[in-house]
Amino acid sequence: MLPASFWYLFLLVVPLALVVVYSFGERGTLGGYTPAFTLDNYSTVFERPAPFLTSLWMSIAGTILCMLVAFPLAYFIASRAGRRKGLLIVLLVIPFWTSFLIRTIAWLLILGPRGVSGFLSDTTGLDIRLLGTPLAILIGIVYNYLPLMIFPLYVTLERLDRTLLEASKDLGAGRWATFRQVTLPIIWPGLITGSILVFIPLMGEYVVPAILGLGRVFLIGNVLQLDFLSSRDWPAGSAKAVVLIAIMLVSVSFYVWATNRGRRTRDVSVL
Amino acid sequence: MTAGTAALERPAVPRPRLRLRDRFGGLVEVGFRLHAGFVYLFLFLPILVVVVFSFNGTNRNVTEWQGFSLKWYERALSDGSVQAALKNSLLIAAINAVLATAFGTMAALGLQRVRHRLRLVFDALTYISVIVPEIVIALATLILFSLFRDLANPVLATLEGGSGTPFRIGLGYWSIIAAHVLFNTSLVLLLVRARLSGMDRTLVEASYDLFATPWRTFRQITFPQLLPAIVAGFLLSFTFSFDDYVITSFVSGPGSGTLPLYIFGQTRQGVTPLTNAIAAMMLVVTLTILLAGQLFVARQGRRAGTGGASPIGLPTS
Repeated sequence: MLPASFWYLFLLVVPLALVVVYSFGERGTLGGYTPAFTLDNYSTVFERPAPFLTSLWMSIAGTILCMLVAFPLAYFIASRAGRRKGLLIVLLVIPFWTSFLIRTIAWLLILGPRGVSGFLSDTTGLDIRLLGTPLAILIGIVYNYLPLMIFPLYVTLERLDRTLLEASKDLGAGRWATFRQVTLPIIWPGLITGSILVFIPLMGEYVVPAILGLGRVFLIGNVLQLDFLSSRDWPAGSAKAVVLIAIMLVSVSFYVWATNRGRRTRDVSVL
Repeated sequence: MTAGTAALERPAVPRPRLRLRDRFGGLVEVGFRLHAGFVYLFLFLPILVVVVFSFNGTNRNVTEWQGFSLKWYERALSDGSVQAALKNSLLIAAINAVLATAFGTMAALGLQRVRHRLRLVFDALTYISVIVPEIVIALATLILFSLFRDLANPVLATLEGGSGTPFRIGLGYWSIIAAHVLFNTSLVLLLVRARLSGMDRTLVEASYDLFATPWRTFRQITFPQLLPAIVAGFLLSFTFSFDDYVITSFVSGPGSGTLPLYIFGQTRQGVTPLTNAIAAMMLVVTLTILLAGQLFVARQGRRAGTGGASPIGLPTS
């Protein structure tokens, strides 16, 4: 108990507090940090918001893509797989627990000039290069985070009482009406959990754009890495980190609030 | 199929699962299967590509197949910098797993008897450690360790008084281990707490009624029941640390580079069969550890008769 609370205090609370303190400081002559009080680091963030906007739209797009790919699969495993259910889940877990870095590097080969890009260029006669584009990053993102969306969806779909679907059908509801009024409200918590689980790491994503973006697409993670490890402008990086945490807190809280509100009204409509 | 035949069919065949009887039903079923097939292909293709091309006997181009060969494995295992990185990786992962398991288990046990308000604070901290992206944890840890180094080294210098070999703190093994342990303690804590909440309290009470000491109760009752969660926490901590890139890249120092750092550095010049071979070996290490853990947890579950779901996420049956 005591060691763990010290651990949290010294390695979570204190460091995050330090990030806030550093964000008001100035860069030392040799890099790092010099104590000061300035808001310059924050004004720079708002003058050049490009990486934040890129991260935001890519995280939202990535989360939606994961949802679209994950839902039919989770539904299939939960309702159609029968005795192969266990095997199908194990097959989802195996790639998920292998190294993130290795899984991403593999896509360098697949999407590269001797992989998909080369094939597309040969067939269309155009010069198509997927690596270094947002599309390559989105593929890498969906690949790496898909299981985080499938698992919570699967768990809620598994609990779905099939007699409810039968009842809806017997009462004359079509496929779409049944989905919207019966299935969706039940799987709603899984959908929310899944999208938060995917969205959070996406906003801080750094490995996928660094590798599949060939250093050409800048997300917040990459800018943070540059600030801290290359240009060693720690105060500038700290300010960006603080803004990132603020965005995370606001967006996740808003998302939870908005989806809960939507759910309440939907409950009424079902009744 | 017309509405009439569907209506006739319905009472005759009670079906355990939903069949979509409209015109597109069959098509939708095929679509589900195709989609599932594509997703599994999508998930396994990259791993297959890495493993297959690590056996490529080529000298130049990674993807130009030149026949089966083990030469890249030989080269990887005889390479000095790969050996050093592998040693660092294994050492860091092992120490991290031991510490994180100990801290996480202690915290989970301690939290049982803690007052409600303090537990709320703890839960909030766990929530923060989940919602803050990994890279922010990494850079915050870097700031803390650098500050600690800058404060501690002058003190160490005055303590030595200019004599003897200078001992200085720098970023390296200890900073990587400390950062990994922070991340994994929360993981072990969550796993052990989940197990604790599902535990049968009556056994502990029975043990006390039979005059067992607290230590004996822990050793003979609590610990065996928590063992699957503890083992799972240990193995997951080990594999997390072994595979981690982001945190390690921020808090590592000269000479403490791990295998993921080495691989990332190599891919700056493009993927080679050498990096594929190293990656394939890392995959084998991770998967062996997780499968061994899975078998252990499954066996424990059967012996204890609880059979509960494995904390690793693999179903036990």
